[in-house]
This record gives sequence, C-alpha cells and structure tokens, in this order.
Amino acid sequence: MANPALARSSAGVTAVTSNDPVVQVCDVCKNYRDVEALRGINLEFERGKLTTLLGPSGCGKTTLLKIIAGLVPATSGEIRVNGRAVTGPGPERAFVFQDFALMPWATVLRNVAFGLELKGVVSAERNRIARRYIEQVGLAGFEEKYPHELSGGMRQRVGIARAFAVNADVLLLDEPFSAVDEQNRRKFQEDLLRLVEQEKKTFIFVTHSIEEAVYVSDRIVLLSPRPGRISQVIDPMIDRSASPDDIRRDAGYLDVVEEIWQGLRQYAE
Amino acid sequence: MQMTVSPAKLDNGIGASKEAPATFIESVRTFADQRRSFWIVISLAILFAAWEMAGRIPISFAFPTFFETVAAFAEMVADGSMHRAYFLTLQPLLLGVVLSAVIGIALGVAMGLSDKAEWLLAPVFIVLQAAPMAALVPLVTFVYGIGLTAKTLAVIMLALPVIVLNSYKAVRHVNPSLVDMCRSFQGTRLQQIFKIIIPDASPVLFAGLRLGIAAGFIGVMLAELLITPTGIGDLITYHRSVANYAHMYAAVASIIAVSTLTLAGLQYVETHWLRPEKRRK
Repeated sequence: MANPALARSSAGVTAVTSNDPVVQVCDVCKNYRDVEALRGINLEFERGKLTTLLGPSGCGKTTLLKIIAGLVPATSGEIRVNGRAVTGPGPERAFVFQDFALMPWATVLRNVAFGLELKGVVSAERNRIARRYIEQVGLAGFEEKYPHELSGGMRQRVGIARAFAVNADVLLLDEPFSAVDEQNRRKFQEDLLRLVEQEKKTFIFVTHSIEEAVYVSDRIVLLSPRPGRISQVIDPMIDRSASPDDIRRDAGYLDVVEEIWQGLRQYAE
Repeated sequence: MQMTVSPAKLDNGIGASKEAPATFIESVRTFADQRRSFWIVISLAILFAAWEMAGRIPISFAFPTFFETVAAFAEMVADGSMHRAYFLTLQPLLLGVVLSAVIGIALGVAMGLSDKAEWLLAPVFIVLQAAPMAALVPLVTFVYGIGLTAKTLAVIMLALPVIVLNSYKAVRHVNPSLVDMCRSFQGTRLQQIFKIIIPDASPVLFAGLRLGIAAGFIGVMLAELLITPTGIGDLITYHRSVANYAHMYAAVASIIAVSTLTLAGLQYVETHWLRPEKRRK
C-alpha cells in the first residue's frame, strides 16, 4: 500500500458509498448481445466532488458513463440522480463528448447556447449566458468563429462551456482531453480544477491516463476489464493548494500513480 | 492550367527583389491569384476556342463553329422562338423538380430515420434507379397523352429515385455523436431531426438534389425528343430536320447552360443558407 497519509485505498470492493450521493449506480449490468460489458456495478458519487472512472480500454468505463447519462440503457440495475431513478437524459446531467460533438455549421456562440436553445430559452437570454461561459473557459473573442477554425483544445473548451451553460448539477466528461495535445492537456487539467473549485458541481470523469486521474480526482474508481467490474477505489488526498508543478513532483502524487499502475499492469497487453 | 500558373510563380520568385510596377499584367496576376472566377472564365474560353477550331476544320458539315452558334442563338432570341420554347420546357421541369425535391427528401429522410420505411421503400427506388428510364418514358405517353402531365412525370421518374436514395444515405451517415449530444440535452425527436440530422445531412442531401436536378433535365429532354415534340426538344428536332445545325446546337447549348446555372445556384443556396461555415476556408 502506498503512503497512507496521501491515499486511502480499498481493494476488491463491490460497493462504494458516500455521505451525500448525487448519483447512485445500483447493481448495473450491461450486455451487448452475448458480450458482458459491465457486471454488478454499485457506486455512489458524492456531491461537489470529482470522481474518475479509470481503467484499460475495454473495461466499460465509457459505457458506464453513458448509462449514467441516460444515453445507453442498462441491461439491469438502475441509476438514481438526487434519489430518483432515471431512465433517460435529464436536466440535472450534462455530457462532454470525447469527439467534442460540436455542430460544424454553428458558431461557437450557438454551439455553447445549444442546450438552452433546445429548452426554448429566448435568444437574448441564452446568448448572454453562453457569452459568460465562453469567457470562463477562456474563449472570449471567438464567439463568432466556427469549430473548424479552432484548435482541438479550443473545441473541447466549447464543449465544456456548453455543458456548463445548462447549469446541471452533474457534469459527465468522457475522455475530454484525449484528442488534445500534451501541452494543452496539462493546461486543461489545471483549468478543470479551477472550474471544479468555482462551480461547485459534481464531476464524473472518464480517462485512461493514470497521471491525469491522480492529478484531478478526489476519488478514483478503477475498473477491470471483461467484464467491467470495480476493482479498487482510491482517494488520492492531494493537497491542491500547491502549485501544479509542485504537485506533479510530489512524492505522494507519484506514489499514488505507481500504486494504480501496479493494480492495472496485469491488464496491459 | 498548370502551364499558365507556373511562369507566374517563377516571375514572382525572380522579381521579388526588384520594384514591381503596377502594370496591367500585374493586376491580372493578383486577380488570378485571388479570384476563382478568373479560372472559370479561362476554362470556358479554352472550351469555346476548341469548339471554334473544331467547327472551322470542320470536323463535320453538321458541326457549326462557336460564333455561328452564338449568332443563331441571338437570332432565336430575337424572333422569340427561344422564349416560347423555354416557356414550354420550364413548366414540366420546374414542376417535376420541385415535386421530386419535396417528395424525395421527405421519403429519403423518413427512410433514413426508420428501418420500416427503409424496408418498405428502398427496393422500389433501387429498382427505379436501375431501370433504363428512356424505355419507360414512351409508356407514360400512352397513359397520359402528350401534355404537361406526361412531361412532368418523365422528369419525376428520372429525378425522384436519385434524390430519395441520396437523402436516405445522407441521414444514415449523420454523425451519431451529434445525435447523442442532442439527446443528452433533452432535445425532442423533432428538434433532433430539424436542428441536427437535416443540417448535418445537408451536404449529401444537396449532392442528391444536384444529381436529381441534372436527371430532371435529362427527363424533360427525353420527353420532348421522344414523345411530345414541344419546347426546346422541338427546337432541336426541327432545326435538325431542316439542317439548321447552328440553331440546333444553340438550343442544345442553351439547355446545358440553364442546367449548369441551376446547379450553381443550388450550391450558392446551400453554402449561404444551410452551411455558412463552408464559405470560410
């Protein structure tokens, strides 16, 4: 076990509970035809925290996130949001897509305001809200640009602003930085931490990068593949008041990364 | 085109250090660098020059030169026969193309959205697209006589299958991630169709429309040449029978020009109204 002061870790768990759960995953299983993608997932996501689903490819982490989002139906089990069972997408959850899912024919402003447009918010009001979030993600001045005029990193900022604009309690991020280059990725992770701090929302984050998970998460749920099950839960307990560069050199941070790697290396091909 | 471009580039490279005087050639060169229309004009000029030369050789006594054809065109415009012919040809064409576009896109989108609609309709249109329509056009005359109905039907028979099948393909190739995005923000099915699926499908949808309209022109010409000698088809047939080849070619060239301009206009509509991002490079 790694440095106990910096990480609490529990291996071989079947259920993860929390004090104030905003999302509860109850006994969720998912089969695609005869392939078992997820088996018996029990998880609770604590309000205001950032929880990461981490695992090798094929462990079903994106599937689990899409089930929570209501985009993919579970084969059995249920999802509760704020205590109520849900079967489809809802206003309390917003999704950030791996491939950004921006409308190429719409400007940044319309893309960010799109969630509000669908809800029938009048144009002046939704543009006002959208402009505020465009500024918050650092894209002020790009409102009238089209997605193809932006870099990959900027496109994902649009995706994040769009998710923020609908004011959901829970943000679901599906490998949001995987299509972004390494330099921008680090900047992005720092910005994400700042947004988590500011917005007081619950984040559920999917990634396959161990460093990214340890750096941004309050809690990491490790999934093992075929079928996807919870293999370990780790609370990194990293002091985020330190500068990003100090955190990345911190012994505790590196120990947690190492511990997760030891847990996952058996699945590496 | 490659030949005309490379010397200009060469000159730029050598003349870069010298003071470049703003000559006529300079201004043409900058224009050629920036404007697409310059190259369109060059392309047409080459085509017409080749035509003029082929007519002067001549490759056949039935093949007029470009200038003879232009003169014949002007004559037919002056005596009003061109107007009368277009008045007759454009009616079934417009009617047929508009009906095919509306019905075709509606059916194609329905087939793209629903498997049941696809299973029901796809075989019909695949057969229709494969069928040699020229053979079927005379049958339409048997049923509907030689009026507007028969000509309109001929246009629809040629244009509709292409538009339906392309619209269907367009909807099936919509980015699934965008549809998921719309669902995740609780978009209704109608919002999904009109705000995501149709705009995302519109490039392929419009490609289908362009092919469909081109096929519609073939349809109306077939009808006018095969069944009802009226309009432009009649103009072509008549001038051929009296060996007025310049007039015949003028009629043929004019319908090609109308078809080309229609398709260019459609592209303008697409890039200016539906997909504004395509205007910016």
